[in-house]
Amino acid sequence: MSSLQQKRPLSPHLQIYKIQITSLLSILHRGTGILLFLGSIVWALWFVALAAGPESYGQLQALFLHPVGLLFLMGWAFSFFYHLCNGLRHLMWDLGYGYDMPTVRFTGWAVVGSSVVLTVMVGVIGFMLMGIWNEV
Amino acid sequence: MVQLRLPPKSRLQKGKTYSSLSQGPEMKLFHVYRYDPDSEDNPRLDTYEINLKECGPMVLDALIKIKNEVDTTLTFRRSCREGICGSCAMNIDGTNTLACIKPIEDCKGDIKVTPLPHLYVVKDLVADLSFAYAQYTSIKPWLQADSSPAPDKERLQSPEERKKLDGLWECILCFCCTTSCPSYWWSGDKYLGPATLLQSYRWIADSRDDATGERLDDLEDPFKLYRCHTIMNCTNTCPKNLNPAKAIGEIKKKMVERID
Repeated sequence: MSSLQQKRPLSPHLQIYKIQITSLLSILHRGTGILLFLGSIVWALWFVALAAGPESYGQLQALFLHPVGLLFLMGWAFSFFYHLCNGLRHLMWDLGYGYDMPTVRFTGWAVVGSSVVLTVMVGVIGFMLMGIWNEV
Repeated sequence: MVQLRLPPKSRLQKGKTYSSLSQGPEMKLFHVYRYDPDSEDNPRLDTYEINLKECGPMVLDALIKIKNEVDTTLTFRRSCREGICGSCAMNIDGTNTLACIKPIEDCKGDIKVTPLPHLYVVKDLVADLSFAYAQYTSIKPWLQADSSPAPDKERLQSPEERKKLDGLWECILCFCCTTSCPSYWWSGDKYLGPATLLQSYRWIADSRDDATGERLDDLEDPFKLYRCHTIMNCTNTCPKNLNPAKAIGEIKKKMVERID
């Protein structure tokens, strides 16, 4: 960095650049990737609790059924599906398809829509299974 | 390196407001980035009120009107006023574009005008592009052929070969795309950025060029090419409606194709 550059101000970037579907979905891909990593630690904890016996498993299960726990589980499910769907979008790009802006916008919204639908489906199926277990 | 906030000396201060003497039914406020290298002050946003009835249709017309009638010290680059020279590239209303072909009426509400993002500001709307130009030079943007043609012959291309250059040769090197790219903001010292990579592909795709192998070798680097994460801000912002992201994708494909 030259002395001139040290004196010169840096022009505004994040502060002024309009949030768009392009950059928003890109940062969401990163964010969900980080959440998936954190979720996998919780997943490992779940297995540890399962191995340690019914008591510890029950305690962890109670945590998951707490509203905050449920929110985390749903967030994790959304992260999984978003990262998966958007990952397919990236594979499509890497094969050389879908670079024109109308397609980019369409596939972007399709990824958001399908990951929301899949998350809701997993939630519904989860609660249904839980109901069946409780009856048994 | 990712640094989300601006350095302290770069942060914007509140500026002056200049109201318009003539009033009309269509008034518009322009918030314009001002930085005076001769003063120790931080950059500021000055506000100019413009009567649109007395102003041309494009954002550049408004800037010229401000310079002519309100503040002659306002500094910006402009030349052709028809989107072919690339001089008046700046950030208008949150996205990078050319002021001369950006209609004022496309911007709802007040219009914020700042220099191209994440560059060092020379004065007002003039950003220092010398590093980006040096990166452009580094890709050897000229024809490299092994054989020399006969003195009375051109280097011929088939119409199909020539067609591969469409969407590439039209680039005017305004660097709107490069400075819209978050990856370039954080790694611009090593990542070449979309404009330079599109130019690189322009020569890779040229049937008359014999240096494709060397060109790809030069890009085989964790940063120069592969810092592109297909964010797509570049294609979204290109004022010439070109597709730098696609060109970069084509280079990545060529890299894979030559492995086997």
